Amino acid sequence: MKGYRTNIMVCAGTNCISNKSWEVKEALEAEIAKRGLEDEILVVPTGCVGFCAVGPIIIVQPEGIFYQSVKVSDVSHLVEEHFLKGKLVKSLMYVPPGEKEPIPKMKDIVFFRDQRLIALRSRGMINPERIEEYIGLDGYKALAKALTSMTPEEVIEEVKASGLRGRGGAGFPTGLKWESRKKAKDYPKYVICNADEGDPGAFMDRSIIEADPHSVIEGMAIGAYAIGASYGYIYTRVEYPLAIKRMEWAIQQAREYGLLGENIFGTGFNFNMGIFKGAGAFVCGETTSLVTSIEGRAPEPRQRPPRTELWNKPTVINNVETWANVPAIILEGAEWFSQIGTETSKGTKVFSLAGKINNAGLIEVPMGITLREMVYKIGGGIPNEKKFKAVQTGGPSGGCIPESLLDLPVDYERLTEAGAMMGSGGMIVMDENTCMVDVAKYFLEFLRDESCGKCSSCREGISAMLEIVTNICQGKGREGDIEFLEELGAAVTDTSLCGLGQSAPNPVLSTIRYFRDEYEAHIQERRCPAGVCKELIQYSINPEICTGCLLCVKTCPNEAIVGEKKRPQTINLDKCIKCGVCFEVCKFKAVVIT
Amino acid sequence: MSKIKPEDVDRISEEMRRTILLREGVGRIRVIVHMDTCGIAAGARSIMKVLMEELEERQEIKDVLLITSGCAGLCNREPMVTVELEDESPVKYVDLTQEKIKRIFKEHVMNGKVVTEYILATETKG
Ligand SMILES: Cc1cc2nc3c(=O)[nH]c(=O)nc-3n(C[C@H](O)[C@H](O)[C@H](O)COP(=O)(O)O)c2cc1C
Ligand code: SF4
Ligand code: SF4
Ligand code: SF4
Ligand code: FES
Repeated sequence: MKGYRTNIMVCAGTNCISNKSWEVKEALEAEIAKRGLEDEILVVPTGCVGFCAVGPIIIVQPEGIFYQSVKVSDVSHLVEEHFLKGKLVKSLMYVPPGEKEPIPKMKDIVFFRDQRLIALRSRGMINPERIEEYIGLDGYKALAKALTSMTPEEVIEEVKASGLRGRGGAGFPTGLKWESRKKAKDYPKYVICNADEGDPGAFMDRSIIEADPHSVIEGMAIGAYAIGASYGYIYTRVEYPLAIKRMEWAIQQAREYGLLGENIFGTGFNFNMGIFKGAGAFVCGETTSLVTSIEGRAPEPRQRPPRTELWNKPTVINNVETWANVPAIILEGAEWFSQIGTETSKGTKVFSLAGKINNAGLIEVPMGITLREMVYKIGGGIPNEKKFKAVQTGGPSGGCIPESLLDLPVDYERLTEAGAMMGSGGMIVMDENTCMVDVAKYFLEFLRDESCGKCSSCREGISAMLEIVTNICQGKGREGDIEFLEELGAAVTDTSLCGLGQSAPNPVLSTIRYFRDEYEAHIQERRCPAGVCKELIQYSINPEICTGCLLCVKTCPNEAIVGEKKRPQTINLDKCIKCGVCFEVCKFKAVVIT
Repeated sequence: MSKIKPEDVDRISEEMRRTILLREGVGRIRVIVHMDTCGIAAGARSIMKVLMEELEERQEIKDVLLITSGCAGLCNREPMVTVELEDESPVKYVDLTQEKIKRIFKEHVMNGKVVTEYILATETKG
């Protein structure tokens, strides 16, 4: 490859692209050519860098300068100053919340500094559409090593010894899963990558595929060699067009190089794969429905065991992130991997940080890191100096963890003990203005809509819980509701067929566990302490504070605010529809919720 | 593309090495060319061009990073270059020409020998 003095890494993940990073990339190329720098500077599109909140992001190497929120209109100035004159452009740098001095280098930004990358090891480093760049980062060396110097049994032993567990939900030990399918003597066998990612708002798996599709292909090829499979499927959703495009392209390149196909590396090992675009329902990500869906029938969970097998053949299904870890383990060794993490949970985990948090984005951290470090260090804390209330982990059927448990080291067991779960790594941070009953209601609504309806306990149970919780939010809660929810939740967990129903009561049970007083306030005092549930709150204006600026009067959608100019205003409660707009717009905090 | 062999993976990876080291920001030797308006006016761009050509001709060298920076406050001594070898203090060269930089590249960057005639006189260091 031709030598350049500078590589400009432009984030071309879905989020940055939707903020026009592709236009920025093209503008950079045009401007660089215009200034005659095209032989010196290369512009490289990469996958998601993880800090989507401040995108579009570009990273300038070799200096490691981080520029954020870059717009097309910034490009000409940037090229002139930085790439021609060698002067850094401060106005495009990251400034930590509450500080003034910008931080020039990516490695000095706290968000990046405390992460540990294994699954995301190529992050911001390669163009995902060029297989040579993946190989440049030691790509396909693990496959070569496995095929030429390890037996399938040795590969399985290595994965077992590493302690790798499934990153898609349940945390089942990956090596054990492989071993059980290796023992089956029924051919052909299959490997499947679960890239369904149905959790609302989650984008860990999409990002891995968009940024580094070959890491998944290589992982699957190694798994296939280990169990004796000859074909693989990547099960993803139509809503992921960019991930699908990059994966299709990567598969094609791997075939051209002979890294997929027959007689790979001249060892006699044959393996090929394709992409299956699923229907997009949340339950499709569950293994038995995923398999049914590939077989061309309605995706619906089935009784297990033994039916996670595609076309009744031995099949290993792993999550995207699980597969992406495999090449690193084979190349660096189980010992290296198992030194990272906790007693029961080895390696790292990718999380998406969302909600009321300053540095929303995608992070990869060692297992055992505390929630506090994630929220306050990497995440940069809660915006607007609000108080932390809870962090919801594990996707829609995960649980909410309160402030008192923030020092919990994150691993599979501890999250489960706390009434939450690892799930696929969603983390939603909630501040003091969040009503926990309302949160439970939100997730129950999602789960009711996504239940496939096959078993009555799940179908009826979730609806019944939702009805009670909705009543509580509307001030119609009754004595005994909390206890009934607990009983019902336990029953739904015990009697549902698949993981959706089994974990559906989590949002309710975990919020009752840690925020019982909030439920009680709704039921006994008809009061919503966080000031969220419309039926239980009233808006009023504090006449001592109100300056009569009339901003709220102008924005109120229902003409509910009356009063003279420069005099304190009042809210007409008969007309107020409790939209909360006045509360948001008043600069003097004169609007109060009671 | 015919079928790849394990050796080919190593070869491609080796070919990519310079690029990867650059993106990792890892270099044993950093050559900093002072640009800015004054540097460019004095010919810093042609100094950069020479450095890039030298590197292009020597594909075996992987760990030299070419870095640009702004004015170093000595506009009348431009073009100027700072050579930083790992574990050694930086050396500033001033009043450069294409011939001088070629020599610096050969002697200092490649062979670790400072070209004393072209360095910034010690008096400015106090
Ligand atoms: C309702 C439901 C949805 C699921 N969705 C996903 C998903 O989107 N992606 C995923 O990898 N696993 C999902 N799972 C977990 C899978 O059933 C399965 O455990 C996982 O894909 C196995 O891979 P792993 O061992 O590598 O985690 C889901 C499970 C349930 C019950
Ligand atoms: S638990 Fe719910 S989603 Fe799962 S099979 Fe039963 S009804 Fe369907
Ligand atoms: S915006 Fe606030 S200060 Fe202004 S009139 Fe409304 S309540 Fe009063
Ligand atoms: S809550 Fe909405 S409707 Fe009620 S007074 Fe304020 S702006 Fe008007
Ligand atoms: S898509 Fe650019 S940082 Fe995530």
